[in-house]
Amino acid sequence: MKYAYFPGCSLKGLGRAYEESLLPVMERLGVELVELDDWNCCGATAYMSVDERKACILAARNLAIAEKTGTYDLVTPCSACYLVLNKTKHYLADSPEINASVQRALGAAGLRYGGNTLVRHPLDILVNDVGLDVIREKVVRPLKGLKVAPYYGCQVVRPYATFDDAWNPTTMDRLLTTLGAEVVPYPLKTKCCGGSLTGTLPETGLRLTYILLKEAVRRGADVIATICPLCQFNLDAYHDQLTRQWGPVPIPTVYFTQLMGLAFGLPESQLGLNRNFVRMKPLPALPAKA
Amino acid sequence: MIQVPRTVKYEAERVKGFGREIMSTPGCEQLVRCIQCGTCSGTCPLSVYMEHSPRQIMALVRADFKDEVLRSRSIWLCASCYACTVECPREIRITDIMYALKQRAILEEIYPKRFPIPILAKEFFKMVHSKGRITETLLVMRLFLKANWRAVLSSWRQGIGLIRTGRFVLRHERIEHREQLARMLDSDLHDAPPTTRKEAA
Repeated sequence: MKYAYFPGCSLKGLGRAYEESLLPVMERLGVELVELDDWNCCGATAYMSVDERKACILAARNLAIAEKTGTYDLVTPCSACYLVLNKTKHYLADSPEINASVQRALGAAGLRYGGNTLVRHPLDILVNDVGLDVIREKVVRPLKGLKVAPYYGCQVVRPYATFDDAWNPTTMDRLLTTLGAEVVPYPLKTKCCGGSLTGTLPETGLRLTYILLKEAVRRGADVIATICPLCQFNLDAYHDQLTRQWGPVPIPTVYFTQLMGLAFGLPESQLGLNRNFVRMKPLPALPAKA
Repeated sequence: MIQVPRTVKYEAERVKGFGREIMSTPGCEQLVRCIQCGTCSGTCPLSVYMEHSPRQIMALVRADFKDEVLRSRSIWLCASCYACTVECPREIRITDIMYALKQRAILEEIYPKRFPIPILAKEFFKMVHSKGRITETLLVMRLFLKANWRAVLSSWRQGIGLIRTGRFVLRHERIEHREQLARMLDSDLHDAPPTTRKEAA
């Protein structure tokens, strides 16, 4: 299976552990990810706040480059990228006016976008293309006894996702169960983490982050599994401030791909787990095989 | 005595046509159908921090209270989680309306001054325009310098943590074809058809 791959800025920066775990896991499953040539920033929420047309052009350049490769399925692990690229696709399809303006801009650089690129999330690929049965076969070290709170965040499930529910998604739940982990009920799974407000207005953003962590602790989870680099950063990197304000909520937050890597028996050092502020406890040693 | 924190609005504050302009933005058309049920405000994780809840913003836009809306902090507090958009029984894309309002506030330069959220948006915009990609740590440092340098003091431990975990990037990420991207983004400036006033014609 071959897909075009759009990492996005975070996976080369704060969220590099996501890419570090995603690539070997996909490789283990025989999924080939080909990084898009000279991709640019999707624009995220900030760019769209300044200029809508330019935001569409920015995102459309990536869609056009992907289309040119002939591999129409574009994998985007970051929630913001997934949303913005999908949103742009919808805008271009729904508004002839925006489409004409964007095509003109693309044309200025010799590009064209015919509407064929499909924006897809790794979760979608893993569960619907690869399949849980194939994943189960690759598990050499079941995550038995590990209690995981599955946290999806907002922008993958709302409003453009086609593969899961907007409020109670279950794709990752099923994936984690396949790995042998125990999924704890986590009703906040699609609540906002605060996004960039943790940096711009900490007094608002951090409270949202705290609520998510506290709930996971109360539910008895050992670890939170996330699918978004900004969620991971918010839930992981502000424990100092959170502890000072409301008391400790000591729970690690890792990417679901890191948990997959562990279950596949990939060495911890190669999954970026050492990049966490709050480290995950090492899994108990495997019983020696006869 | 009971204090009611409510401002009186005067007819003279209305900018006739503002609501219609916003509602003619692609994606914002459904605002005309709003029944003021308040589902958006109830769903919004940030409405408690807003001086006008999302429901009030919708009403103010429709009633042409342009200044009050565009100068508010409320529209900037929207973190784009799309909870309201998915929940709205009238299928109004509230998040997209918030975007249209933010864009308008930036265009007219009437966003709240020294408020970090629009500052971040503008810095983000500039960095993408010149490099094609975002280097998060450099972006945050620029934000701190422009908006709140004291924040550096309270987050130095986080910075050290990022260095320790190898996530503090100081070298700019950039794309190869920066002039191509700039040409595309700037071509738009001259080609963009007018988005407003169409209804009036």
